[in-house]
Amino acid sequence: MSTSSDASRGSRAPSGVVTLVHGAGGRASHELVASVFVEAFRNPMLERLEDHAVLDWGGRRLAVTTDAFIVQPIVFPGGDIGSLAVHGTVNDLATAGARPLGLAAAFILEEGFPIDDLRRVAASMADAASRAGAPVVTGDTKVVQRGKGDGVYVAVTGIGAVERPVAPSIHRARPGDRVLVSGTLGEHGVAVMLARGNLRLESDIRSDSAALWGLVEAVLDACPGVRAMRDPTRGGLATVLNEIAKASGVAIRIVESGLPVREDVRAACELLGIDPMYVANEGKMVFVVPPEGADAALAALRAHPLGRHAAMVGTVEPEPAGVVLAEGPAGGTRRVDLLTGDPLPRIC
Amino acid sequence: MPDRRNRARWSRASRISVRVSFMKYIDEFRDPAILAGLLREIASAADGRRIRLMEICGGHTHAIYRFGLHALLPPSIDLVHGPGCPVCVLPRGRIDGAVGLARRPGVTLATFGDMLRVPGSHGSLLDAQAAGADVRMVYSPLDALALARANPGRTVVFFAIGFETTAPGTALLLRQARAEGVKNLAVYCNHVLVIPALRALLAGGSELDGFIGPGHVSAILGGDAWAFLPREYGKAVAISGFEPLDLLQAVLLAVRQVVAGRPAVEVPYARAVRPEGNRKAQAAVSEVFETRPDFAWRGLGIIPASALRIREAFADWDAERRYGLADVVVPDPPVCRCGDVLRGRAKPWDCRAFGTACTPDAPLGACMVSSEGACAAVHQYGRLGRSAPDFQEAR
Repeated sequence: MSTSSDASRGSRAPSGVVTLVHGAGGRASHELVASVFVEAFRNPMLERLEDHAVLDWGGRRLAVTTDAFIVQPIVFPGGDIGSLAVHGTVNDLATAGARPLGLAAAFILEEGFPIDDLRRVAASMADAASRAGAPVVTGDTKVVQRGKGDGVYVAVTGIGAVERPVAPSIHRARPGDRVLVSGTLGEHGVAVMLARGNLRLESDIRSDSAALWGLVEAVLDACPGVRAMRDPTRGGLATVLNEIAKASGVAIRIVESGLPVREDVRAACELLGIDPMYVANEGKMVFVVPPEGADAALAALRAHPLGRHAAMVGTVEPEPAGVVLAEGPAGGTRRVDLLTGDPLPRIC
Repeated sequence: MPDRRNRARWSRASRISVRVSFMKYIDEFRDPAILAGLLREIASAADGRRIRLMEICGGHTHAIYRFGLHALLPPSIDLVHGPGCPVCVLPRGRIDGAVGLARRPGVTLATFGDMLRVPGSHGSLLDAQAAGADVRMVYSPLDALALARANPGRTVVFFAIGFETTAPGTALLLRQARAEGVKNLAVYCNHVLVIPALRALLAGGSELDGFIGPGHVSAILGGDAWAFLPREYGKAVAISGFEPLDLLQAVLLAVRQVVAGRPAVEVPYARAVRPEGNRKAQAAVSEVFETRPDFAWRGLGIIPASALRIREAFADWDAERRYGLADVVVPDPPVCRCGDVLRGRAKPWDCRAFGTACTPDAPLGACMVSSEGACAAVHQYGRLGRSAPDFQEAR
């Protein structure tokens, strides 16, 4: 369950009705999760607010995660809702250091959705699952009335095995640690935004949607002491770094010019007035590693086909706790905070 | 206030291709060595003299904090944040008007994304949407026309906001709607004018030495529109773009004017701003709009002749006439010091509510509601994990 421990720090509990801001992955999402779900389900495993839970079963460790996928358009450059659902789930398992074993998928279909389109989504999902080594072993189907859904929603639960003596956690970042990202940022979010067609921008930008267990395994081999992993999906790198900084009670300092971002993604973000640091990725991982393991981890990333553009982007510092700082081109330092809602193209 | 980076471009019918070469152009304006050189020149030109410059435009305020420029300038140079955030200065009564329109049966309310979260007295447009209203985010005024054509059974009301920069786009929408005879479209006009606001701000005397002029407004109005500032008020003016290099260059020119005691209008942002401005845009605006007798600005109060309304010739498309909307003045909470912040008399952290009762999630006052507002910019980028007053010590 993605969120930080914001609510435990005395921020306002939301009231009224759910708005779209609650789904944007920013501060409002965190507060909703903390004040409704964590309150209701309260248990030590959930309260860690990782993207996964690790269950001990007779001395073996099983990782569990679940994720719901709602994306418009359903097919976008570089993927579709089916492949995205597999990749997102496998990547959440990978953040626990878990090899995926199998997936369960639930489909919520809107009356009127073409069965041929559904077949294509299922085929793409099967292909992604087979490449990721995570077969879809069970599932469920429901249909809602026309107008009550958005074509197709997919919810996927994943089970994985933690076979190494590792326990990466967003609570384990320590001063001196290094922050690595596995590649260029913002491609998924920009590709989907432009695919909606209402911005009248054209580009060759494709979603980075990919399963990352192989890449994570390579990093764990090279640097078994990995402290934390999280995939920077909704809310982007900025949100993940805030979650880690808050959970670990540390500061994270990054240098903006060192962030790997494709030139066309930067250009699109400039035109839209949004910051690539807040844009979603679906095939990238953020690693926090101890300083002595950083070079080995970076080399392992760059040796992997999905990590060629990996970069060391920041360091963990003791103060100010819970804060992410960015050094800009002129040398000025600014705070990188959680967003209130979606990153919106600015009017004016 | 700035049409954030080429907004006009995507209101054209054609699609733009995002190319790699675009960023090479931008990067030159963020070159660390050039920026460091400019900072040294500014320090030497100011020579420790206390100089107060107001950046009029909210886009400048945002860029200054986004790039941390406020902390890099010599401590004797004070950047004061001006009233040029269109979302911020829109009074609550007008937000309530838009929310009321959105709640009407058969109405689809279209507006820019920034407006959706701004709270009125009974919630925001996003809250109205959650309660069942049909609210759409558009990227260009002309998108509202497309919505109207696609939904002949509904009336699309475009909630138009912004300074002189966005008014031409709304003017084109109204012209087009009339030319095509599109009846299921109306405009709720909330365009405001920056020059009357500045005059109001300077009327009571001011400690400001000069202004960083707004780049995009000036692209429409022209550099000459600012001549009254040096002539009548003795203030320096340098019109800036939105990149760090633009801003530092404008600061340097303004500082030199102040130190030399020769206030003038200089236009380092000449790649976008001509002395006479954009005549076609000006003509479209005056064809469609006329000046209101007065307008109540949030934080600044009632300013004569400071906003636009739709002319009689376009009355059929005027939402205020069609729905008989009355102006209701809804005061801001008394603890809020937005008026002082917008006038440059207080810094965001001087306000007791800043960061406590007033945050971007739950804004009390105007300056916290948009990312271009001074309080929101400081809140988003400035707080370095310390309490707000540390800003003064940090300088």
